[in-house]
Amino acid sequence: MNKKLLSAPFLFWSALFIIIPLCMVFYYGFTDKDGAFTLSNIMAIATPEHSKAFFEAVKLSLLSTVICFFLAYPLAMILANLKGKRSSLIALIFILPMWMNFLLRTLAWQTLLEKTGVINSILGFLGLPALNIINTPGAIVLGMVYNFLPFMVLPIYNVLCKIDVNVLNAARDLGANEAQAFLKVTLPLSVPGIISGITMVFVPALTTFVISTILGGSKILLIGNVIEQEFTQTGNWHLGSGLSIVLMMFIIFNMVISAITDKEGDTNAL
Amino acid sequence: MKNALVNLENITKSFDGQMILDELNLYIRENEFLTLLGPSGCGKTTTLRILGGFEKPDKGRVVFEGKDITNLPPNKRNLNTVFQKYALFTHMSIAENIAFGLKIKNKSKAYIDDKIKYALKLVNLDGFENRMPDSLSGGQQQRIAIARAIVNEPKLLLLDEPLGALDLKLRQDMQYELIRLKNELGITFIYVTHDQEEALTMSDTIVVMNQGYIQQIGSPERIYNEPENAFVADFIGDSNIIGATMVRDRLVEILGARFACVDEGFGENKPVDVVIRPEDVELVAPSDGTIQGVVTHLIFKGVHYEMEVTANGYEWLVHSTRMHEVGTPVGIKVDPFNIQIMNKPESEDEEAVGVNE
Ligand SMILES: Nc1ncnc2c1ncn2[C@@H]1O[C@H](COP(=O)(O)OP(=O)(O)OP(=O)(O)O)[C@@H](O)[C@H]1O
Ligand SMILES: [Mg+2]
Repeated sequence: MNKKLLSAPFLFWSALFIIIPLCMVFYYGFTDKDGAFTLSNIMAIATPEHSKAFFEAVKLSLLSTVICFFLAYPLAMILANLKGKRSSLIALIFILPMWMNFLLRTLAWQTLLEKTGVINSILGFLGLPALNIINTPGAIVLGMVYNFLPFMVLPIYNVLCKIDVNVLNAARDLGANEAQAFLKVTLPLSVPGIISGITMVFVPALTTFVISTILGGSKILLIGNVIEQEFTQTGNWHLGSGLSIVLMMFIIFNMVISAITDKEGDTNAL
Repeated sequence: MKNALVNLENITKSFDGQMILDELNLYIRENEFLTLLGPSGCGKTTTLRILGGFEKPDKGRVVFEGKDITNLPPNKRNLNTVFQKYALFTHMSIAENIAFGLKIKNKSKAYIDDKIKYALKLVNLDGFENRMPDSLSGGQQQRIAIARAIVNEPKLLLLDEPLGALDLKLRQDMQYELIRLKNELGITFIYVTHDQEEALTMSDTIVVMNQGYIQQIGSPERIYNEPENAFVADFIGDSNIIGATMVRDRLVEILGARFACVDEGFGENKPVDVVIRPEDVELVAPSDGTIQGVVTHLIFKGVHYEMEVTANGYEWLVHSTRMHEVGTPVGIKVDPFNIQIMNKPESEDEEAVGVNE
C-alpha cells in the first residue's frame, strides 16, 4: 500500500511524458488528416525514397556499431587490467566528453572536417592534399563512432571487471594458452556487456538526425532526418508518426531476436 | 633432495618491497599429502601460485620431476590447481567444465565422455552433467572443481583452502572424500589450510608457516607432540607454554618446581620454553603433585572438562574427563614424556611469530 503511494509521482510523470506521447504517436500514425483509420503512413516506408533513407541508416549505424565494438573491446580490456586509482582516472577521461553537449561535440567535428576547417588548414600548411570528408557517409560514421564509443566501452568494461581472475587462471591451469583462455572464457563471459553495448550504440545511431544533418550536409538523408522533416518542415505529423512506429518496431524486433538467441545459446550449452 | 617430485629452492618473493617469502626451501615426495598450514597472510597462497605458475619468484627455482619449471607458463605445467573459490566456468555446463582441459588437449569425444562419467562418479555427483554451476551448492561446486582438475591426470594437485567456504559437517565429509580420492588416484597433493585440525586429520606431512618462514616440517604426530617452537605449539591446538630453565639433562625447573623430563642436550641452567598439552596435565591430590594449585575455572566441553588451575602464578589449562569443582585444591603431575622442551626463539623473526593470546 505504502509502496504504491510512494511510486505515485513516478507513475504520474511517466504517464505524462512517456505513455501519453506514445499514445499520440500511435494515434497520429494510424490516422489520416480527417482522423480516419489508415495504414498508409505505415506503408509509406515502402516508397523508394523512404526505404532508401531507412537502409542507409541501418547500413551506417551497423557499420558504426561494428567499428565501435572493435575499438571498444581492446580499450575496455586495457582499462579493466589497469589496477587501482589509475584505472578510474583513465575511465574518467573517457566519460568526460560525455558530459559535454552532444550537439557541441558534433559541431566541433564539423569545424575540424570542413573544406576550410582546422584539419585541412593544417594539411595545407604542411603541403599535403586536403581531405574531402565532410558531407560523406564517412563523416557521419565518424561522428557516430565518436559520440557513441563510450556507450560501448562502459558496459564491456563493467562486465570485464566482474570476471574473477582466478577463472582465467583456472583456464590457463587446465592447459589453455592466452588466446584460448580469451576465446573460451573471457569473450563468452563478456557477452552480456557486448549486447548492451551494441544496443546502446545501434539504437541512437539508427535514429539520429543531428549527426547526419551536421556532418552529412543535406546530401545524405537518413530515416531520422526524414522523420524530423515530417514533423518540423512538412508538418505532416501523421507520416512522421507512421515512420517512427516502423522504426520502433524494427528496434524492438531486433532486441527480441537477440534476447531469444541469447537464451537459446544458454539452453544449447545445457 | 633426490627422488622428490617437486623441489622449491630458495624461493624469495616480495610485493611492493614487502618480503612475503624469504629463502623458502621445500621438497615434496611422490604420493605425499603435504599441507601448508599457517595463519592468514603468511604466504601459503603465494607459494601455491608460484608452483602453479601464476607468480614468478624474485629468486630461487621450482624444480618439477628434475626439470626447472620456474619460467614455464601455467598451461605447460603437468599439475592442476583447485582454487580457493572454486573458479568454475559459469557459462558452461558441468560436463563442459570437466571437459575443458581435455578438449584443449584434443582428446576424442568418446574419451572425454568416459572421463566425465568417471570423474562425476568419483566425486559422487553422477548425473550432474547438464546442470549449470550456479545451480549447485557450495560443496557440490567444490567437488566439480576437483573433478575438473583430476580428469587431466596431473602428477600434482594443488588445493588452496578448498573446504574453507563449507560448513563443519560438509567439511568433515569432504575431508574423508579427499583422502579417499588421493588414495584411489595416487596423485601427490599439496594442500593449503589455516585450520590446524584439518591439517592434522588429512596430511602425511605438515609444513607450519608464519610470515614467509617455515617454522617446522613434520608428520602430524610430530608437529603436535614435539613442536619445535612456541609458535608451532600455540598454533597447533591448545597448550601450556611456559618459560623454564633446563637444570641439566632430563631435569627441568618449571615455575620453581623441578620436573623430570626426557630431553637431553640443552646444556645446564639454560632458559627454555616448555610445552605441556592440556590433556597431559594430571590433577591429583595436593600432596601427590609436583606443584600445588587451585581450580579457578570449569567448563564442560562434551568429551572432557576444561579447567584452569592457578599454580605458582601460572594459569594451567587442563583437559580431563574427571571434574574438579572450582576452588578445589589440587596437585599437578606431568609424565616426563609429555614435557616438550623447546629452545627460546633466537632471531627476531621467530620472536615476531610469538605466542599471541
Ligand atoms: N599480488 C599481490 N600484490 C601485493 N601483495 C600481495 C599480492 N599477493 C599477496 N600479497 C600479500 O602477500 C601476503 C601473503 O599472501 P597470501 O595470499 O600468500 O597469504 P595466505 O597465507 O594465502 O593467507 P590466507 O590464509 O588469508 O589465504 C599478504 O600480506 C598479501 O597481502
Ligand atoms: Mg590464501
